[in-house]
Amino acid sequence: MAQSAAFALAENLAAAGLAVDGCYQCRKCSNGCPLVFAMDLPPDRVIRLALLGREDELLACRTIWVCSSCETCTTRCPNGIDIAGVMDWLKEQAVARGAAVPEPEVRDFHCAFLGAVKLMGGRLSEPLVLALYALKGGRWLAKLRRSAAAGELATALELLKRRRLPLSPPRRLAGAGEVAGILRRW
Amino acid sequence: MKLTYYPGCSLEGTASDYAAGIAGVAGLLGLTLAELPDWNCCGASAAHSLDAEAARALPIRNLRLAQRIGLDVVAPCALCFNRLKAGAKDLEAKGERLSFRVWDLLDLLTQPVFLKRMAARLVTPLTGLQAVCYYGCLVNRPPKITDAPTPENPGNMEKLLQTLGATPLEWSFKTDCCGAGLAVARPDLIDRLVRRLYDRARRAGAECIVVSCQMCQANLDLPQARISRQAGQKYELPVLYFTELIALALGHPEVPRWLARHLVDPRPVLAAKGLLEIPAPQASG
Ligand code: SF4
Ligand code: SF4
Repeated sequence: MAQSAAFALAENLAAAGLAVDGCYQCRKCSNGCPLVFAMDLPPDRVIRLALLGREDELLACRTIWVCSSCETCTTRCPNGIDIAGVMDWLKEQAVARGAAVPEPEVRDFHCAFLGAVKLMGGRLSEPLVLALYALKGGRWLAKLRRSAAAGELATALELLKRRRLPLSPPRRLAGAGEVAGILRRW
Repeated sequence: MKLTYYPGCSLEGTASDYAAGIAGVAGLLGLTLAELPDWNCCGASAAHSLDAEAARALPIRNLRLAQRIGLDVVAPCALCFNRLKAGAKDLEAKGERLSFRVWDLLDLLTQPVFLKRMAARLVTPLTGLQAVCYYGCLVNRPPKITDAPTPENPGNMEKLLQTLGATPLEWSFKTDCCGAGLAVARPDLIDRLVRRLYDRARRAGAECIVVSCQMCQANLDLPQARISRQAGQKYELPVLYFTELIALALGHPEVPRWLARHLVDPRPVLAAKGLLEIPAPQASG
């Protein structure tokens, strides 16, 4: 069983167009990664653990959430491995399976974004995404501390003065229903 | 020349200054930008992080709308451009052929036809303006999506600045990530990435940073006061859109009004070069 589970992860990734078996551990991905300082597993480890089938560790790691999707690793991998794509796949699985996420703020922001687009009928309202993000999952204190709330407010005021805070919601699309269907999970 | 225009959500919101500049430049260059009717959000990082299916379907809805019109599509945001290109590649992989091309606005405006028009209509050459070009991540990476010919060392923005008479400086950070997608949830991380960009830009001798994306602009412009406080030293590097420099060099009268909407005011640097007149400050300090 351990054996088949070990292959299952790499096979599932390959089925999603994210084959990892070409990795020869050169670490070019990790050497160019701008966020490796904030990760618990460098990107090359993520690929290695994926090959070894260590799914639980990967779904629980911090790396996939602090990855900024800058695509440097994917661009540089000599074996054409889409490392950034693997990070995305793992994030989606972690949320779908309800794994404990070590960076709930990052997850909440993404959820708030998709929720806001659906609510507004197809386009994003920037103030709404911030409001939904603040409300999601509580943890007010952690969020306030992280986002240095006073500074954020000051920035918002500066934007308001410069007529850059949209005061009306985006136009609701004729295709709002279609977009809501695409975003039905959020 | 007429193209279908996909502005993206933030150009209707916090980046309305960028939108105004784009409209101004299009007018100067004889480019008609016809907004894609009923366009929807591309899904951005949120969709590709949490919902691969939505990340494909959202841009594809836009591409299908554009297909009915048939004109090439241009997007001024790196992330929108990247998502639209990813959607187009997805359709191609399924054997569907699109009859139009998806452009990133910088790539479009640095095509020889437009550079020639700019050179011919130069009113205020940007002589003496020392700038670093900052491309960010997603107009170039990954090249299998963007079709960028030189993703590690693009040069079209430098070529543009030269055409406008400015001095683009060499630096090794033009495609380094600024972490914009983490700006809300992990500002501590972006502070570190962005501060390094300020330091490197300054070390290269830059008086300003030029960008082609509203997310890069916001992420480099908005946190300067915060980062200055943390670093114990003042950073005051204006972050200009390439469109603002085109408009300035071609004598568009509205430029000072667009610049006034940035947080770090670019007008003093430009005025010191004699490129711009600003009204005298009301109170002296
Ligand atoms: S760059 Fe590619 S081959 Fe090298 S370690 Fe990273 S994933 Fe493996
Ligand atoms: S996409 Fe993520 S893992 Fe890859 S280099 Fe960028 S931050 Fe690092």
